This record gives sequence, structure tokens and C-alpha cells, in this order.
Amino acid sequence: MTEFATDSILVLVEVSPSGAVLPSAAGLIGAAAAIGSPVALVVAAPGAGPAAAKAAGEFGATQVLVAERPDAATSLLVPTVDSLAAAAALVSPQAVLLSHSVQGRDVAARFAARTGSALAVDAVGISRDDEGPVVHHSVYGGSYLVDSAASSGAIVLTVRQGAIEARAAATKPTIETLEVPASGMRDVDIVDFEEVVVASSRPELRGAKTVVSGGRGLGSAEKFALVEELADVLGAAVGASRAAVDAGYVPQSHQVGQTGVTVAPQLYIALGISGAIQHRAGMQTAKTIVAINKDANAPIFEIADFGIVGDLFAVVPQLVSAIQSKRK
Amino acid sequence: MKIVVLIKEVPDTWGDRRLNSETGLLDRAGAEPVVDEINERALEVALTYADAQTGTEIVALAIGPASVPTSLRKALGMGADSAVHVLDDALVGADITLTAQVIAAAIKRIGFDLVIAGNVSTDGGGSAIPSMVAELLGVPGATYLNAVEITVDAVTGRRETEAGSFGVKAALPAVISITEALPDARFPNFKGIMAAKKKPFETLSLGDLDITPTEESRSIVLNVTQRPARTAGTVITDEGDAGQQLADFLAKNQLI
Repeated sequence: MTEFATDSILVLVEVSPSGAVLPSAAGLIGAAAAIGSPVALVVAAPGAGPAAAKAAGEFGATQVLVAERPDAATSLLVPTVDSLAAAAALVSPQAVLLSHSVQGRDVAARFAARTGSALAVDAVGISRDDEGPVVHHSVYGGSYLVDSAASSGAIVLTVRQGAIEARAAATKPTIETLEVPASGMRDVDIVDFEEVVVASSRPELRGAKTVVSGGRGLGSAEKFALVEELADVLGAAVGASRAAVDAGYVPQSHQVGQTGVTVAPQLYIALGISGAIQHRAGMQTAKTIVAINKDANAPIFEIADFGIVGDLFAVVPQLVSAIQSKRK
Repeated sequence: MKIVVLIKEVPDTWGDRRLNSETGLLDRAGAEPVVDEINERALEVALTYADAQTGTEIVALAIGPASVPTSLRKALGMGADSAVHVLDDALVGADITLTAQVIAAAIKRIGFDLVIAGNVSTDGGGSAIPSMVAELLGVPGATYLNAVEITVDAVTGRRETEAGSFGVKAALPAVISITEALPDARFPNFKGIMAAKKKPFETLSLGDLDITPTEESRSIVLNVTQRPARTAGTVITDEGDAGQQLADFLAKNQLI
């Protein structure tokens, strides 16, 4: 039987019902490798385990546990929670890392409740002191930095997507099959599943170096194309305010703010966004903030490094051509 | 059908939300306590079902300090039938795991066919409570639903995750959480507010729920630091060359 290091950090690698390993695994394994020995857990439908385990190795996991469950594609959470409980019992890790994705949060929550473990959510980093892992959080839209830890036992934590830049070197991991006793817990049935189709060559909003966001000031879904045009010139991700999402200019997945995605890019450009406090909560830790708005009193200007009071339909086209001519 | 709706009192996001750097706890003087908006949408899902199905009973449940009854009264004014408040000094600084244990114990005492929660609060933002409560109650937890249909013995809905879009179904009893894609809540009207004063309102302590908090396996705050507030930089008014000036600013800062 395989031995596990005393500084083992158990990482749940998220696998879609179709067997694809989600990109969040790179940051999770990177974070785990920085403070201990990363042991990855892959839960997949029968036959899908080896490919997923290989992918986890490419992200730097030295040991991979594979649980192949016939119900992995039909039962929403319990197969993964049962597998994580079995893996934790086998490995006795110092911390259990999951993505702060929708699925990761649910698995972490159920696992922590089942085992009575301390749960730390939406971490932006993890380090180690004399007593063990320390979790770092960015609270109230980045207004506060909070450190937390477990009073005893392994801490279970979810890690904000895109927050970890550390990456572990690719390895050829040792792969072990994990036997999972079924808990018999009642679960949600998956009735159907449509894989996300990435239609755009633009970067992911989470973790993007540059973000261009549009608000109500764009006026319509057609005119929102101006945001996309500037984003493409800058190689940026496209974001939006809740007002723009509610008005139907773009899908909810683009929403930046309190109830959307939190971003911390090098450059954030806000077009036609007034900067309600709920929006600022999702972007105010950006390194540089640029705002263009026709209302000189828009609160976004209070936090902008460079603000322009003016008509974005005049300023942005000029900006685009000025950037293009600087590059020639 | 008995539906328990979870209500969380949070600092108003329009206010100045502060943490106490000594205790790591929320500084309640900073912003007005309000019902988190997503909970009102959760209550609306229950009320919409109750409008169509006679014999539906809706219980609003919250845990928190002495200000919480105001939030629960609002839920009663909107149409919940009764309210339960878990109030205990031992809950000050409770971590997520203890909070979920208390909520699950209160729900068990109340009895339920369906528990409806918001998917994520505006203050903690953990979105862990619904799934933790489902685990502790031993029932399915269908979270992050963008669309919900409740029938007598099941709940169905759609859930969007980073992997894709799931059609999901859970047999009752179950826990669900809903997103802000669900409709806005109705406003409490005068008649509702008057009626709320006569509705059952129960206050429970941890002793009533047979819970004794321990210090084992708790998530504890080690340190809190406030980040310096951002200050405004240069703001110019476009006089025909602002796009050019911005391009110069970006180039100077090596951002293009």
C-alpha cells in the first residue's frame, strides 16, 4: 500500500460528467505543492479515470487517487463526496483543497458537514506557519485581508478561481485506484447535461490580465459590441455590470461584482459603468482602473487611476485606433 | 407541503461594511442590517408555490443577533406563515460548520418537505450553508438553480456550473438554493404588515436544539488587516483627444 507524506495536501480535481478535467486543477495543485505534497483525487465515470489522472499529473500532482463510479455522470454530488471522504481517510491530509466553483463549493460543504471539519471558503491564497496551513481571504470586495486556520484537524478550503498564480512542474504521477464505500446518502439526479462550448477565443474573465467591462451606458446589446472590440484589441476578457446583464446586453456569466465574478486584473477598463458599490466590490483590487463615463459624478471616478468624462462612442474608437497606431 | 425559507441578515451592501480588527467580527455599526436580497427571492419562490397550492405552509428561519426579528417580520409581512429565530450568545463568531449544524437542528425541529435558500450571501459569499444543511439532514441538495419547478413529490430545475448546464431533479424532502435569475420578490403591503404582527414567532436557544458548541475543528480568524482605500487618479473631460491621451497613459504604464 502506498505511503502518504505527513504534509499531504489532498486536492479534488474537478471532472465534468463528460470526463474533462476543468482548468481550476492547475492552480489548486500549484497552491498545494507550495505548502506540502499534493495528492490529487479524480472522480470519474468508469473508463474516464486514467485520462483524468494523467491530466492531474501534468498539473503537478505526484500521487493521484482514482475513483471510478458508475453513478458519476448521473448523480450530482454524493459520488464525489463519498470518494473525497474515502480519500481523506486514506491520506490523512493537513488540508483538503477544492475549487470555489459551483460544484467545488457543494462538495466541500457536504464533506465538511459530514466529517465535522472546519471550512474556509473563497480563499485567495494558502501558506504555512508553525502550526499548519494558514488560509488567506479577501473580504468585502478586497477591503479587508483576513487570515484563518482550523483550531484542530484538517482544514477544508475552497480556492477562488484564478487567484493562484503558482504552478507545479508536470509529473508522471503514481496512480492508485481508490475503493469507495457508498454512503447511501440521497442525492440529486442529473437529468441532462450540456457541456459548456467555448465559442470565444477571448480569455476567461477569472484570472484575466486585462478586463474590459461595459455597463448600462452602452445602451443596447448591439452597441455592446464596442466593449468586445476594445477587449479584442487588448487581448482582454469581457465583463459587464449587473445593470448591463439585467438589461440583456450580455449573459450573466460576464457579470463582475458582488453577485458575479470577482476579478483582480492588471488593467480594468470600465465603459459606461457608474460604479455602484456592488460593482466595485468585484473589481476594486485591480492594479490599474480606467473609467469612461459621460456622468462626471459617477462613483467609478473615485477609484479610477485614469478617468475620462465623455462620450464612450467617441472616445473608444479613437482609443482603438491610437493603440493600433502605437503598435505599428 | 411545508417549506422552510432560510433568511440571513447581512450588512447593507450600499453601506460601509467593516470588520473589527480586534475580533475579526462584523462591525455592526458600519452598515444597516437588512434581509439579503437573494433570500427575498427564495421566499418569493415559496410564496409563488403557495399562491397556487392551498395547504402550503411557509416558515421563515434565521439565526443571528437581537436585530434579526426585524428581518423575520419583513418575511412575515411578505407572506410567510410563521417565523423561527435562533438567538444565543454562544453563536457570536460561529463558523460555517457550527452555523450549518444549528440551522439543520432548527429545521429538524420545525419539520420540512422543502428548504429554500439563496445560493450565496452578499457578505460571507461562501455558498456552503445549503449543501451543508442538506448533508446534515440526509437529503438531496440541488443548489444554484436558475429555474425551479416544485411538484408535490419532487423539485426540478437548471443549474449552471463551470462545466456546463445541468438539468436536475430531486425527490422531496430536499434542500434547494436559487440564484438571482429567479424573479424579484413582492413587496410587503400594509395588510401583510398588519397581519404579520399576529403570526407565530418562536425564539429558540442552542439549549432548545440540544447543541453545545465546542472549540474542536473550528475555523478561526487569525488576523484581519484593512487594505488602504483606493484614491482617485487623473480625471479629464474629453475635448476631442481623450482616446489618444488614454492610449498614451496605457503605453506609459506598459499596459498595451
